[in-house]
Order: sequence, then structure tokens, then C-alpha cells
Amino acid sequence: MTGDEIREMVTVGLVLVAALMCFAAGVGLLRFPDVLSRLHAATKPQILGLMAVAAAIAVNNATIGTFALLTAIIIFQGLTAPITAHMVARAAYRSDHLRRDFLIRDELSESIDRVDEDNAGSPATAPRDTPD
Amino acid sequence: MQIAIVLAGLLFGAGAVAALYRVIRGPSLLDRVIASDVFVVTIMCVLGAEMAFNHHTETLPVLLVLGAFAFVGSVSFARFMAKQDQT
Repeated sequence: MTGDEIREMVTVGLVLVAALMCFAAGVGLLRFPDVLSRLHAATKPQILGLMAVAAAIAVNNATIGTFALLTAIIIFQGLTAPITAHMVARAAYRSDHLRRDFLIRDELSESIDRVDEDNAGSPATAPRDTPD
Repeated sequence: MQIAIVLAGLLFGAGAVAALYRVIRGPSLLDRVIASDVFVVTIMCVLGAEMAFNHHTETLPVLLVLGAFAFVGSVSFARFMAKQDQT
């Protein structure tokens, strides 16, 4: 077995892992009932699938330039994917696009109630949740 | 090798079609945002797989730009939803 064959098999394995991730995300989007659980399914290929594909590219093209660009892509994706998921989930919670009977524990509502109680005593203060 | 490429293409295609279905039928705007995010990531993975199979690195900057577009689009839609909800 030559080096090229091993390289090819590693490439095929990594690409198949990424393809499975994307397929699983699609199935999760179709079958999960509300925004938060769909978000859970959707954020899997954003990191793991892209890392597998990046590893496959790096195996086939082992140069410094490729490594640098792939590292930049993965770090960027690793920074932005959690921000996106957090903001979408927050908007979903605020606009009531979730099934509350599926939640086991809801800590955000407790803290929102606490803030509401604090604000009820002094109505002159600005209303909660005015980020801009 | 050929079988694996065809299998990967089928899996990528099925995931993309499922995401597109959710974009079209999504009950809320946020479902559409999530589904379009998944669609963009599927496109990124397909571009990367094509690069890996054909031994070139021409479309690597495209991956970076697609990731930036997906981030900006999702965040702006989430902000839009939050602002609309306050009124």
C-alpha cells in the first residue's frame, strides 16, 4: 500500500464524516419540533463537518499556505458559530418560538422574573432589555 | 473511491434538500434563518470536498467569504427579530 493510497483513503473517510454531519443536520431540521431543538441539530456540521473537510484538504495539500488559511477558516467559524446560535436562540426565546413543555429547566425565565420584580418598585427606571 | 464520492454526494444532496425544505416551509423566520445557515455550511463542505478530491486549493478564500456572509446574515436577522419583538 503506497502513500498515495493511504492518503486517498483518509480523504474519503474524512469527507464521508462531513457528509454524514450535513445529512444529520438536514434530518434534524426536518424532524425536530421547535426552534431550539432545530438549532441543536443545525450547529453540528458548522464545526465538526467543516473541521473534517479542512483535515481532508490539508492531507491532500500539505503546504504552509494551505494550513494557514484552513486554520483561519476554522478559528473564524469557531468564533462565529456560537455567537450566531446564541443570538438566534435568544431571539427565539424573546419572541416565544419555543415549546415550553419540552424544557426541563428554564433559568432564563427566573432571572427575567427577578428583573421584572426589581423594576416594578421603581417604574421611573428604563425598561429592561434595551441594548441599543 | 468512486462509490465513496457518489455516496458523499448523495448525503450532501439529501442534507441540502432537507435544509431547503425547511427554508420554504419553516413556520417562523428563525427556522428559515437556521435552515439557510445549514444550507450555506453544506455548500462550504461540498466546495471543500471537491478541493480534497481534485487536489487543488483554489476555492479556499470562497470558504472564508461564505462563512462571513452566513455569520452576518444570521446575526442581522436575529437582531431584527429582537427589535421587532419589543414594539
